[in-house]
Amino acid sequence: MKKIEAIIKPYKVEEIKNSLVEVGIHGMTVTYVEGFGSQGGHKESYRAAEIAVNFLPKIKIEVVVDDEKVDVVIEAIIKHAKTDPNGSIGDGKIFVYNIENAIRIRTGEIGSVAL
Amino acid sequence: MTKSINEKETTVVLSKIKDDKTKKKELRIKKVIIFTVVLFATLIVGSFFAIKTTKFINLDDLSSVNNSDTGFMIISSILVMLMTPALALFYGGMVRKKNVLGTIMQSFVALGIVSVIWFLYGYSLAFGGDGNIIGNFNFAMLKNVSLAPSDGLTIPHQLFVIFQMMFACLTPALITGAFAERFKFKSYLLFLILWVTFIYCPLAHWVWGGGWISKIGGIDFAGGLVVHIASGVAALACCIMLGARKGYKTENMPPHNLTLTFIGLMFLWVGWFGFNAGSALSSGTLATTAFINTQLGAASGLLAWLGVECLHRGKPTVLGGMSGTLAGLVGITPACGFVTPISAIVIGIITGMICYVLTTFKGVFNYDDSLDVIGIHGTGGIVGSILTGIFATTLINSDGANGLLYGSFKLFNAQIISTIASIVFSFFGTLLILYIIDKISGLRVSEFEEMQGLDISQHGENAYRLQI
Repeated sequence: MKKIEAIIKPYKVEEIKNSLVEVGIHGMTVTYVEGFGSQGGHKESYRAAEIAVNFLPKIKIEVVVDDEKVDVVIEAIIKHAKTDPNGSIGDGKIFVYNIENAIRIRTGEIGSVAL
Repeated sequence: MTKSINEKETTVVLSKIKDDKTKKKELRIKKVIIFTVVLFATLIVGSFFAIKTTKFINLDDLSSVNNSDTGFMIISSILVMLMTPALALFYGGMVRKKNVLGTIMQSFVALGIVSVIWFLYGYSLAFGGDGNIIGNFNFAMLKNVSLAPSDGLTIPHQLFVIFQMMFACLTPALITGAFAERFKFKSYLLFLILWVTFIYCPLAHWVWGGGWISKIGGIDFAGGLVVHIASGVAALACCIMLGARKGYKTENMPPHNLTLTFIGLMFLWVGWFGFNAGSALSSGTLATTAFINTQLGAASGLLAWLGVECLHRGKPTVLGGMSGTLAGLVGITPACGFVTPISAIVIGIITGMICYVLTTFKGVFNYDDSLDVIGIHGTGGIVGSILTGIFATTLINSDGANGLLYGSFKLFNAQIISTIASIVFSFFGTLLILYIIDKISGLRVSEFEEMQGLDISQHGENAYRLQI
């Protein structure tokens, strides 16, 4: 089992969710996060105060899947997270982790059946 | 063995902590009991006096009461009352999340404290007698204030009291924007009482209560001197005495909710019609003039600010528009009953532009006027008061005077003198008050409390929660 963690632009979340459902993913966790990478930030002004906003709002999607599905999921996320055909700065990142185990609280099922 | 000793020690320590807590609780309960007893004692003594001083109303005195004027003034008073909670929202949206309740509370509590002060002795100090400097105690606890109109007015005397009460509540609340996010609440209560008593009441007496400014011919239709210069200049004194917020100029301190600020501003704008048109003290032509001038001043201030901002920064901001509207409203306040509508537009534009320049370059002066009270109320009040000396005309209001534009220097000189006098009085008076409070209970919250935010450290509550 692997966990795929994708940090994406907020307005892309619906599109990515739909594409993941299409490839057979039926569960995910979404978190609203802030951060910066190579995109940097932007400037805001409030009366006299000019403020550099470094932390941009992003969304973090976490999906845990069986090993054989990892490539499909990554492909789908990359395809839909790009903001133009060549991609642009700030489109996000994907991290893949190993997952030791999964347990469904309701039934106590263990392993990939619990996903 | 060692384990059991440790356990014993911890139990001893724990029981000590428990003892301390129960002792503190007992102390608190005692304090509450003492407070309640004192409160009830005052109420009983007060009501005894009230029974002694209440007079029966003579129906003959009431013949000069005009019902349409009375209705208009009751509604105006309601509108002006609305401005204080509006200010709470206006300022509340501009501070950081952790300080929103603390900021709202500073305006909110003014409604309570100042209303009572106004009843006890405030109105009397401001409007009693003909003294040059200050009133007397003839009207204390509304002793000689009946329903019969006073001084050639057509509304009940008590209605005049309550209309003026709303102004008195608003003025000290305006100052709170300057020391936002750092004033100790208990000291603030003391500040409210002292400031209203020793700065607001004398100033209101000078201008409206028959004091020296009205005698030399200085005019202030709805409170440019008394409300805006007084609060704006007091704000400067506060900034100097309190110092900047922790992290000022090194950390980002953006407003946390500008929609809240917008709601506040809209209520301020609506309330301002009561403030300005109501200052005619009767419904009719003068109130209408003030009404239209108020709207035009606000509108042109809004456009002026947005215009300059666009040229300077490239983008018009909502907060900028709100600031310009406020600047226009402040600027037109002293003039609204004395000038023509075209002058109102000119006044709005000039005030909006000057206020923009001052708030934008305040960094040069190195004081932390957190929500720009000096930049908007102080500056706007001064500019408006001087412009009144230029644009006022007796064509609009025969009780007024002709300004510079209409060929008379007398009014202009009077405006300059009264503006400077108000600035000096409010500035040094506020410095002295703050110095005294600093000696009694300290002005600022501790560094840790400031980091925590006023909501938790001063009031023990939290405006927003992430969960549930």
